[in-house]
Amino acid sequence: MDTKQQKFSLIDMMGNTHNFPNTQPSLICFVKEDCDTCNTAAPVLEALHQAYGGKVKVLLIAQSGEANSKYVVRHALTMPTLNDCSYKTAFDWDIEAVPSVFWMDENGTPISQFEGFIRSDWEVLTRDISKYTALPAPVIEWNELPTWRPGCGSNHLDPGIYDKLRADAEGNPLRARRIDIGSDDDVVEFMFDQGFSDGLPLVPPTPDRVIRMLSATRRSPQDVVATVPPNMGQATIEKIAINAVMAGCKPEYLPVVIAAVEAVCTDEFNIHGVTATTMGAAPVMVVNGPIREKIGMNMKLGALGAGNRANATIGRALRLVVRNVGGASTGGVERSTLGNPMKFTMCFAEFEERSPWPALHVERGFKPEDSVVTIFAMTGGPVHIVDQTSRAPDQVAETLGLGLEGVFSPKMQNLPVDALLVVCPEHIDTLMREGYYSKNQLRNQILKVTAKPAANQSVDGALRADKSSVGIKKIPEGAKFASTDYIHIVVAGSDAGKFSSAFHGWVTGATGSISVSKKIDLD
Amino acid sequence: MTVILDPTDEHSPVERQIAKRSGELKGVIGLLDISKPRGNILLDELESLINKKVPNVLMRRFLKPTFAKPCPDPLRREIGESCDYLIEALAD
Repeated sequence: MDTKQQKFSLIDMMGNTHNFPNTQPSLICFVKEDCDTCNTAAPVLEALHQAYGGKVKVLLIAQSGEANSKYVVRHALTMPTLNDCSYKTAFDWDIEAVPSVFWMDENGTPISQFEGFIRSDWEVLTRDISKYTALPAPVIEWNELPTWRPGCGSNHLDPGIYDKLRADAEGNPLRARRIDIGSDDDVVEFMFDQGFSDGLPLVPPTPDRVIRMLSATRRSPQDVVATVPPNMGQATIEKIAINAVMAGCKPEYLPVVIAAVEAVCTDEFNIHGVTATTMGAAPVMVVNGPIREKIGMNMKLGALGAGNRANATIGRALRLVVRNVGGASTGGVERSTLGNPMKFTMCFAEFEERSPWPALHVERGFKPEDSVVTIFAMTGGPVHIVDQTSRAPDQVAETLGLGLEGVFSPKMQNLPVDALLVVCPEHIDTLMREGYYSKNQLRNQILKVTAKPAANQSVDGALRADKSSVGIKKIPEGAKFASTDYIHIVVAGSDAGKFSSAFHGWVTGATGSISVSKKIDLD
Repeated sequence: MTVILDPTDEHSPVERQIAKRSGELKGVIGLLDISKPRGNILLDELESLINKKVPNVLMRRFLKPTFAKPCPDPLRREIGESCDYLIEALAD
């Protein structure tokens, strides 16, 4: 039992204000007009008021707004009936059902409390008050009353209402600055005007929406997940949740977004460079593990395109955090010559079940049952690779390789640049037609078919600097990629269609970006 | 009235004002090379031109290790503490 009830100041039907605590013992009952059990209890409450009203403040706290008066008239009630149509007092006192009875001493400390109508509870209450006040108990025909009736849910627990109450309550977990949007302003236009948007409309991050989003993690809303360049803004769980709401995420997507923010803000990934570069890079997210199914991600038909809420909004939420918390906006720190649509969102799940190979996250050292997000910095893609004729593994591997020839430009070789190859199921079947065809076989075939020994080896600027820090694996002379390490391979797509896809990376290494994997915290 | 929560890092509640201009060039000019190709050549040329025009102004060169990442904090502090102006060779 609480030793202290929250104070309130409510108005009765005559317009008088009643405060709690006051200097008298109190009998307070929360009621609703349309609750059968509250109607059963009403004559008892009136009888208690008639008997003890001289020494005990008997008050009803009613949730039915204008209908409160119906309740009062129906039962000819004479005690004050207080209006709690905002349900704030019900929320503060944390009741579950109505009728909810509190019998309290003059300090406002509960002596007893109960909910619903268990006849014996009310009989005991009547005797207790009589003893306490030394006033005679009222005559009540207890046998005519039901032995037991359950209460009705308090209105404040309605999901839409509860989150709003939580968001506004004292001690609520929200710390972000609240922005009042005038009633004449269009909320969506306002958000565009403030520069929060990536160009598409946003979901207004009202406090109750953010509270609902925060329910998806046990982490404290003020935990700092990362410091986001260029402004070094603090990405707290709350700030990430706000941007996730704006992106259109469901609460269950939040853990993925949190892991993604953590990943891109590492020195390795270098989100600052990725965002700023005139080459127009964007983070491409690949999700592995049980979470794919749990939150309904798409790894099959149309996985790299539109139509799936999880894919679309998780990628978008990450971009909005970088934009809003980090301060990287197009034309500001972001200087892409052209950019690409991946800057809106690019996130998909790997079709692990269709892959003959270890899943991406397993390759990268995680357990198969871990849920993981891996982020690659990509400047282009997805680019279509068509092969509807090859029947032999090496043939289709050759096509996939030649499909990567265009990374940056067909003229450029020896690139310390990542490529992310997404092999479709039909191409997987062809690759495996003559037995197991490993990823390394595929990588070697890719380097072989894209090698141009007599090619112009010049690579300018940043790319030149990184060639020296490249992997030491033996590669063909004039190979497209400076190492097989730069060729990343995953499986996705529908069962119909001999069309794979590839993403083209940015500069890999110390002056560029190295792909990062983070485990998704599902606690 | 709708209330929304601020999605930004909230670092700009008021508009940032630019520093007051004194009307004359004196003190220390920092020249920041951010390691972009030929940034050093640009700054060499600028240094020479400024020397000719305003010989009694001191110049100090600074070097960011890479253009692709934010300026390391110690370097940022050093520039802030030792210079009155800063010219950065930004792009290639």
